[in-house]
Amino acid sequence: MCTYITEKIAATGSGKGASGWFRLSEASVYLDHPAHALADHTLNIDFLNPAQGPSARVAVELTADTARELVRAIEATLAAAPPGLVE
Amino acid sequence: MKESLTAETISITGHGGDEIEAYLALPRDQETFGTVVVIHHMPGYDSSTKEIVRKFAANGYAALMPNLYHRDAPGASPDDAAAAARAKGGVPDERLVGDVAGAADYLRRLPGGNGKVGVIGYCSGGRQTFLAACSLTFDAAVDCYGGGVINVPEGLPASMTPIIDLAENLSCPLLGLFGADDKFPPPAETAEISRILDGFGKPHEFHTYEGAGHAFFSPDRASYRVEAALDGWEKVWAFFGKHLAG
Repeated sequence: MCTYITEKIAATGSGKGASGWFRLSEASVYLDHPAHALADHTLNIDFLNPAQGPSARVAVELTADTARELVRAIEATLAAAPPGLVE
Repeated sequence: MKESLTAETISITGHGGDEIEAYLALPRDQETFGTVVVIHHMPGYDSSTKEIVRKFAANGYAALMPNLYHRDAPGASPDDAAAAARAKGGVPDERLVGDVAGAADYLRRLPGGNGKVGVIGYCSGGRQTFLAACSLTFDAAVDCYGGGVINVPEGLPASMTPIIDLAENLSCPLLGLFGADDKFPPPAETAEISRILDGFGKPHEFHTYEGAGHAFFSPDRASYRVEAALDGWEKVWAFFGKHLAG
């Protein structure tokens, strides 16, 4: 199905797109048909800076299992950081 | 048929008088031909849908696909444009009708065109085909697994509402090609659409393929189902041959 359900967050950091590195201003998370991945639906994340145009985008299309593992890995990595290293 | 064709990117006048990008393919084997507006799927105005446009030309139809995301990201790659369009809530129904009307007008004035215009769309373009065929005058329409005609999914922009109330205005015969395993639209919903069209005496022909789900026509996706796709294309050629020829 085509869904428009999208979670948007403000993002601070950088991404490397087709034209090189750029500052991020937001990220979108959504579940929909992928453009490239071989699956009917994927969990898609776009890291964006719309002020720099639609091509300022780093995109990933992940299976649901991979997306859940990514969440777990991110949480585990942040939790394991030495005190004071991350806010 | 030698399947000779030409294809190019052009500019057409769409909704609100806006100039938008469109992809045009013309058959070169015949002096006159029927014409088809192709509505791309939600992933955008991409290479696989341009291939469909060329397939129509190879089979004797002039075909024109407006870039529904042109305003959202002019000049961007199709996937970036689709992401930008999504971030803005998708294509408003009113704008879709205006852009398809512009494409149909272009085809009606096309030298060699026989004056008959069909419309076909895939995925979100299937719903938009139903919308266009109920809002504009066409000679034939093909809805390929368009969801959201009756049941609009959660999170759809406020500009997109169920369009089944427009069924009474359907301007032409409708061919519907669906997958039995599709969740959106599920077979129960397409059966309900058929029942409603029957009630209005609107000619239509729906086929639901076992073993196929959404996007079974897409050869570059895991959802591709060769038997359904090949039979579906035969249905399209027979349907457009009947209603757009001459």
